[in-house]
Amino acid sequence: MKILVCVKQVPDSWSERQLTAEHTLDRGAADRVINDLDTYAVEAALQLQETHGGQTIALSMGPELAEDAIRKALQMGIDEGVLVTDAALAGSDAIATSLALTKAIEKVAPDLVIMGVESTDAKMSVVPAMVAERLGWPMLTLATSVVIEGVNATITRQTAAGHDVVTADLPAVVSVVEKFNEPRYPSFKGITSAKKKTVDHWGIADLGIDAATVGTGGSATTVTAAVARPARSAGVIIEDDGTAVAALVDFLAQRRLI
Amino acid sequence: MNAVVVLVDVVDGALTKPSKELLTLARRHGSPVVVAVDTAADAADFGADVCAVIPAVALAEPVASMVDVLAAVCAEHSPALVLMTSTIECKEIAGRLAVRLGGGVVTDAVDVKHGLVVVQPVFGGAITLDATVRGTAVVTMRPGSVEPEASAGAGTPVVLTAPATTRRTVKVLERVAGARSSRPDLAAADVVVSGGRGVGENGFTMVEQLADVLGGAVGASRAATDAGWIDHKFQVGQTGTTVSPQLYVALGISGAIQHRAGMQTAKTVVVVNKDRTAPLFDLADFGIVGDVASLVPAIVAEIAARRA
Repeated sequence: MKILVCVKQVPDSWSERQLTAEHTLDRGAADRVINDLDTYAVEAALQLQETHGGQTIALSMGPELAEDAIRKALQMGIDEGVLVTDAALAGSDAIATSLALTKAIEKVAPDLVIMGVESTDAKMSVVPAMVAERLGWPMLTLATSVVIEGVNATITRQTAAGHDVVTADLPAVVSVVEKFNEPRYPSFKGITSAKKKTVDHWGIADLGIDAATVGTGGSATTVTAAVARPARSAGVIIEDDGTAVAALVDFLAQRRLI
Repeated sequence: MNAVVVLVDVVDGALTKPSKELLTLARRHGSPVVVAVDTAADAADFGADVCAVIPAVALAEPVASMVDVLAAVCAEHSPALVLMTSTIECKEIAGRLAVRLGGGVVTDAVDVKHGLVVVQPVFGGAITLDATVRGTAVVTMRPGSVEPEASAGAGTPVVLTAPATTRRTVKVLERVAGARSSRPDLAAADVVVSGGRGVGENGFTMVEQLADVLGGAVGASRAATDAGWIDHKFQVGQTGTTVSPQLYVALGISGAIQHRAGMQTAKTVVVVNKDRTAPLFDLADFGIVGDVASLVPAIVAEIAARRA
């Protein structure tokens, strides 16, 4: 079985994030890390490989530096990496990104694609669905567990009040949530062996992608303005001196909140 | 007038509040064509000119079949705008539909302005983007962003059929519904009361008491859910639910950036924490530096006393 896991390099959400003059994410302004939620997808792929054998591939799209996110996945134990990187891809929105990822997935031809539920930067959580739609594959979302039996993938998903058990034939796309597992830390051996693993770099020509369908020009959404939220005007902060409760309830009443 | 296709949700025979918000917004941009499962309920009272209903039994799978239905409705009405609520399920529908229509998606929007300029807060609300979409704009709206207003629409009923498909489907093998909470849904609640590390292992009882007296939903910080004090589904923040209530009360939550990302568009923020240096005080409209365990029961009692 061939399992492909998508990883994304994002600005560390603990650091200051900024936009460029063109309103795209300033990827130089913040520390870059692997999207936290994608490490659960990596862990899921590794666990399935431990049970079923086969091959695991980490796929990412981004500038050359995004290879670091793939290396992190290789350190955790993924076998090899593919980075889709091309100047023509800069500024791609979700639609354009999903096209490039889909072309790469078609080239790898995995049995299963696993993704994190969203990235901590764009937070749109629509790329997995777009990829599934383009591939014409079923998608099993928000998995807290995945079982592969023959040609079936079956997942459990938590719902507002209970849970669903949902199944589809392979090949399929699965998105996993953080309740899935605890991502492993790379071992010393993992870090050493990751240096020897292959990461292929594919440009749009390698994937037969028309430059007009990706990047800023191929994107359906255009950001026309970006405004920093005005700082909240300072509120009232009081020490609990015995009158604080009455003062708070006065405040809530004044704002018609009780 | 241009059609605006609106996917609505009906619970207990009435449109949900987020659905009424969608219709109120839709009316500003054209003639609302509602798509609903089984019944469009009171959608015409909120301006629906067409109430297109698909029987639940006709939907082979909740997401992909709905995409088929919406694509067919869009083919008929050629909308420039499709609106739905920002739920996990709707985001999947929106993503697939945008690919199908050759349009674009904006999720978690808070407004659609004149000229179909979509307003979307990013980085936890620190920055607000204006975006335009080429082709059909598929927009999912954050609940609580629009004040719902009633307005009569033509409400012409239409019964939809599920388009034929050869797609490989997803099958639901088992659906276990737990007890439905009597409290409002976290994502759409007008009031959210959240507890964090500072409320302690047994502190969620008082968090619930304050939520109940305010008619609100219960939330939690990741510290509290990771500690196992309350289920993960109550987590507010970057990897949990994003909320935008009228009132957000944070009890014993220091305010990591990931938590702030999920609540900082709340209209009014109240913070109670014994640590004056907690970063969440920076967002507070009203803050009390003090012990949560003694203050919260006193607040509950004070509110109850004033109502009596």
